[in-house]
Amino acid sequence: MRLSRQSLSTETHPERRWIRVNSPSAGPKTKLSNSNLLFIIAAVIFVLMYLFAIISFPRSFLQFQTFFDLFNLNAPLIIMTLGLCVVMIVGGIDISIGSVCGLVTMACAVFLESDAGSIPGALLIALAIGIAFGLLQGFLIAYLEIQPFIITLSGLFLAKGLLTSLHKDPINVSMPAFVALRDAKIMIPWLGTQNRLGVFIPCEIKPGVIIVIVLVALIAAFMKWSRVGRNVYAVGGNEQSAMMLGINVKGTKFFAYIICGLTAGIAGFVYIMTTGAGNVGNAAGFEIKAIASAIIGGTLLNGGVGNPLGAPIGTLTLLIINELIRAAGIQSNFQAIISGLLLYLFIVLQSVIMSLRGSKFKLALPLRLLPSRRQSGEKK
Amino acid sequence: MKDKYSHLFLPVTVLVLLIIINLIKGVDYFSITIVNGAFYGNIPNILFGASELVILSIGMTLVTAASQGQDISIGVSATITSAIFVLFVLNAGEVTLLTIVAGFLISCAAGLVLGVFNGTLVSIFKVQPMVATLILLMGGRSIAFMIDGKLSPILANDISNQIGTVIPGVPIQTPIILTALFILIVVVVLKTTNLRLYVESVGINPSAARLNGINPKKIIFLTFLIMGVCTAVAGFIAVNKAGRHDSVNLLKFIMMDAILAVAIGGNSLGGGKFSITGSIIGAYTIEMLNRTLLRLEVEPEAILAFKAVFIMILMVVASPVTRFYSGKVLDKVRTMIGADETVETEFIDGNTSGKKVD
Repeated sequence: MRLSRQSLSTETHPERRWIRVNSPSAGPKTKLSNSNLLFIIAAVIFVLMYLFAIISFPRSFLQFQTFFDLFNLNAPLIIMTLGLCVVMIVGGIDISIGSVCGLVTMACAVFLESDAGSIPGALLIALAIGIAFGLLQGFLIAYLEIQPFIITLSGLFLAKGLLTSLHKDPINVSMPAFVALRDAKIMIPWLGTQNRLGVFIPCEIKPGVIIVIVLVALIAAFMKWSRVGRNVYAVGGNEQSAMMLGINVKGTKFFAYIICGLTAGIAGFVYIMTTGAGNVGNAAGFEIKAIASAIIGGTLLNGGVGNPLGAPIGTLTLLIINELIRAAGIQSNFQAIISGLLLYLFIVLQSVIMSLRGSKFKLALPLRLLPSRRQSGEKK
Repeated sequence: MKDKYSHLFLPVTVLVLLIIINLIKGVDYFSITIVNGAFYGNIPNILFGASELVILSIGMTLVTAASQGQDISIGVSATITSAIFVLFVLNAGEVTLLTIVAGFLISCAAGLVLGVFNGTLVSIFKVQPMVATLILLMGGRSIAFMIDGKLSPILANDISNQIGTVIPGVPIQTPIILTALFILIVVVVLKTTNLRLYVESVGINPSAARLNGINPKKIIFLTFLIMGVCTAVAGFIAVNKAGRHDSVNLLKFIMMDAILAVAIGGNSLGGGKFSITGSIIGAYTIEMLNRTLLRLEVEPEAILAFKAVFIMILMVVASPVTRFYSGKVLDKVRTMIGADETVETEFIDGNTSGKKVD
């Protein structure tokens, strides 16, 4: 992306150079919305990162299976990030999701190993735990106006405590129906690679990936086109103005936290569907990874800006960086440190971009690079 | 007068409640025995066990008051600073008091660096404190792991042993003395400088503070620097207590306890006026709570969940909405009784989303 001020300054109407986003009388929208800008940056970084990975390790990263494995193994993380994006857009944060996910895996494992175990029942338990945490935290945050961080931090410890008091030892689910579900794979016959012997191996994906795709599509569509979705952006952008516009601020926040809890529950189910075991350490530290992914994916910490499609992009960027570190054979400690540094970089980048776009300097694109009017018609 | 000390109502109530529970469990709760010329017993143990927590909650109080958010990287910072301390002492060859002091000063410098890192993010880049400190929480233990060389080195020398336990001839455990010394320094600093006033005014309204000639960025930055020193001191005490450096488990969940201490101490977690006394009492209360739960044979894992519920209840009680409605109810009760005095029910500004008011 280039910042070309010249291309616009040669226009015949100098007063049209920088046009306010939300003033309909000012003519066509020439300014890219913050959400789209950050999303484009995230996507560009992702593509660059993947190209870099391909150049450094062509043998592994050129295979389609490597790309699909990122999805296969990290589907829960992407789902969590998606829910977190909604909460971050509304201006809050949820750090209990990792623990809730772990709690769900353990509860499902215990339930499936018991005599009454069944897969629909486990799914119900997963959703119930997720929604319960969403309801509790959402209510406290939205209606009692308590800082989200404190409540979700205690939610984190609550879920962690419940997890360890539920069952301490690793528990492997041996129920036949569930094992079948765990091992289920979907082959893509027209995509794949030949191994050294010349045998063609088709790419395979896990059922969890389908859930990820469906959820991403659902939430992205929901945030873009539904009334509640737009309310979420409005509340995150400026709570006072949203209230004056007659938007139900508390209800919107409450709703965002319920969505986040729900996705954490689903993520827990997908997690146990991938690994097939309940363990105390399940999904530990995922909340931090999810926050980092959401930020890398272009969701602004202060709320109001973000694109749910950025969630999978951000997660994949983070994962590729981790994979690169692993492939390069560097100490695993560096993964955590470099993830932290990346988070730092992106936070600073966001802060700089937002302050640049604030008042003095407007970032504009040449007209030919601008999205059409309908595409940029999204609020914010 | 009554209003001035009302913030101590909560911690003292919890403390008294815990004492009553403990006395029901066993009457000999307050008994103190003398072993090898030093006091042991429940009360010295609580004072001994809570020493890091007290120091960290003092720093946390300042950070909370100025930046309207909490530092959740304190345990990790303490791990890093103590790793540096241990590295220095072990590489110094002969361990003398001088090397210990030098190591401590170096770890303080490391704490300052970490404070600069967090403070820059919070004050200059205007990131919410908890998210800013999340970065250190994410990578910090790995850094400590790399500094101490993965081995969890053991501090086997007399001086650090004495710092961790008892100096011969002194009846009180050394961490208690160090904590008291630290509290004394903080009190003197707060009494002799304008720090309290500045921190409170920044916490209440940063833009108003700026209009009055206080630079909010500087003050927030300063609180994070103080926090860095606090973590260095806490790490120093913790590592001497343990006698070895365990970068995975050292002060693992202490941020929870420190935030809880600040909350129990009657301080608003949304910034503003603060009370160091409250936080100190809160910290001791939490140590007592931990020990009481262990005494009541609650599983160590369940303690985490228990404390989480406890913090939620506390937050609900202290939330602006609850205060507003309880104030209304009190108002009604007073008018029903027929008291003449006008009671002001103030709706505390609902600025709880961690954002700063502009």
